[in-house]
Amino acid sequence: MVDQPLLRVENLFKYFPVSHSIIRGLIGKQAKVVHAVDNVGFTLKMGEILALVGESGSGKTTVGMNVLGLQVPTRGKVIFDGIDVAYWCQGRIGDSDYSDKNGLAKLSSRKQVLLLRRRAQMIFQDPYESLNPRQKIFDIVAEPLDIHGLSQSESDRKDKVRDALEICGLAPADHFWDRYPDGLSGGQRQRVVIAGALVLEPELLIADEPVSMLDVSIRAELLNLLMEIRNKRNISILYTTHDLATAGYFTDRMAVMYLGRIVELGPTREVLSNPRHPYTKSLVSVLPAPNPRRQRERVILSGEVPNPIDLPTGCRFHPRCPVSRDDCQKIDPDFVQVTAEHKAACLFVQ
Amino acid sequence: MTMLEVKNLSVSYLTDEQVALNAVENVSFRLEPGRSLGIVGESGCGKTTIILALMRILPEAGRIVDGQVIFENRDLFQLSEAEMCKVRWGDISMVFQGAMNSLNPVRTVESQIVEALLRHKQVDTKRQARKRTAELLKKVGIAPERGKQYPHQYSGGMRQRAFIAMALSCNPKVLIADEPTTALDVMIQAQITQLLKKLQRELNLTLILVTHDLGVVAELCDDVLVMYGGKVAEYATSDTIYNAAKHPYTRRLLKAFPDIDNLDADLVSIPGVPPRLDDLPIGCRFSPRCNLCKDYCMRDQPRLVELEDSHYIACHMYSRK
Repeated sequence: MVDQPLLRVENLFKYFPVSHSIIRGLIGKQAKVVHAVDNVGFTLKMGEILALVGESGSGKTTVGMNVLGLQVPTRGKVIFDGIDVAYWCQGRIGDSDYSDKNGLAKLSSRKQVLLLRRRAQMIFQDPYESLNPRQKIFDIVAEPLDIHGLSQSESDRKDKVRDALEICGLAPADHFWDRYPDGLSGGQRQRVVIAGALVLEPELLIADEPVSMLDVSIRAELLNLLMEIRNKRNISILYTTHDLATAGYFTDRMAVMYLGRIVELGPTREVLSNPRHPYTKSLVSVLPAPNPRRQRERVILSGEVPNPIDLPTGCRFHPRCPVSRDDCQKIDPDFVQVTAEHKAACLFVQ
Repeated sequence: MTMLEVKNLSVSYLTDEQVALNAVENVSFRLEPGRSLGIVGESGCGKTTIILALMRILPEAGRIVDGQVIFENRDLFQLSEAEMCKVRWGDISMVFQGAMNSLNPVRTVESQIVEALLRHKQVDTKRQARKRTAELLKKVGIAPERGKQYPHQYSGGMRQRAFIAMALSCNPKVLIADEPTTALDVMIQAQITQLLKKLQRELNLTLILVTHDLGVVAELCDDVLVMYGGKVAEYATSDTIYNAAKHPYTRRLLKAFPDIDNLDADLVSIPGVPPRLDDLPIGCRFSPRCNLCKDYCMRDQPRLVELEDSHYIACHMYSRK
């Protein structure tokens, strides 16, 4: 169990059909698809924090959705604790090739799905929109307990809510739990969102841009909170963001995505200090340095991420790549190992 | 020569109960032609209110309580509305917060810029207006043919560029940009920052940048005004602010900003939340969150003092002498 990763994503593909005209269909043209995620693979160990970094449209959120079973992969697998999430999220563990040591397949479909939801939780981006304005803080955090039937008694229910709120820095809890979300600041709201996820004691948290809506002055404390939760409870966290700098602070490993594919993956510090893919290099170079004396040499890419319907031939980054050569238009590069833990998908990594 | 000077500006908002809440108190700054100023601070510190007051476009509840805005030797607060209309957009133009969503969705980008040109009598005929629009679009890095398209056919970064083109349409002397890079992807942020830098140099623009992003300010601004709770906390050149800041708030704000060249430094938030306008601390506005707070900080408000050449600070550590 120790060596086995908690989460394994294997050759994950997720395509979305583009609505196309009847005429195109009649003349036999293939329906077009959006290549949202195109052959992505990674693992996440127990207690590890992995950053999934990329611009809008890179597919990082889609990966998160597939990991949680909110979407079903077009191809490939997401294995969470040994079980294929595509079956699990539909309550059909019995149909997967899982050996079923624990007898999970005998549970009803609904129970199977609930179990997945309890073990893998999500934190959304916008704490102003993800809390019900008409529910008190206590009820927001207690609701998951009720749905999962996890509280033995009223006092147990209270204790669990108190624990969750206080771990998230809202202490003393009874000072907060009678309030409504509009009585809280943005940072406090996001703490409530995290408490609502933690109350179920999940093993995996997907945090989708959890601090991007907050003021810079309070981002640090939420990132420190996530790190603390990991340290105390050994939870694995998948942190999706477009901000390399915040990811640099508290994640163990980093996967950089471009147009639906991971282009570089490695230990966070190593990727940031020694980026090997030209895309990562450029992303690192444009990070603002908070000092006018140390402005970096910037490699600003022109244009934007191309649309994921008609992908470029060869390396999908070549049209914007500052160092692309002729081969890049023809060959779709495989990963090259830079070190045992660090790999980049570029023909010219060496 | 001074291009723009704000003197002792105070602005309040009236609540529904007719109580005046001070959003901005006694703010002063000065800009020479071609210089750039960054106004930074957390949400609610009054940075946008300063700009809206300066342009005289405060919402209905807003009142200018005191102060002057001197632009080329004229006090903007004394001008008639008709005269002010000429100053707005003609002399001082603005890229609003969320500008990429403030283009009219049912009209082409070109027609919106043409309208601004004709209304401000920059050109006489529609034909000239179109020609000028093409030049403007080219200047901000949009192919002129795309002027015929609608905003929804543009990406977020391009809409931001189109709005900047519109803001430049009347050859303003001062450009104000309110959070121009917020909500954009990192690479697009870098592109817009680069564009503003280039335009400022080429057109010798005087630039005011309102933002909470200290990285953009470090790259673009000569001077920095740090606001807290509606008052100036510290005001100095960028080099001083980033390398020799004295105010505890400025120093902590800098520490909260992630810097990948220095990942081993602790990233420390400022505990607590900025003060609410209806519940401002009696003493120093920052005292409830300040780790160096003394009893007199909670009692008395610090004066803004000049430490050395053009380095202003409002903190008892420096003003109680």
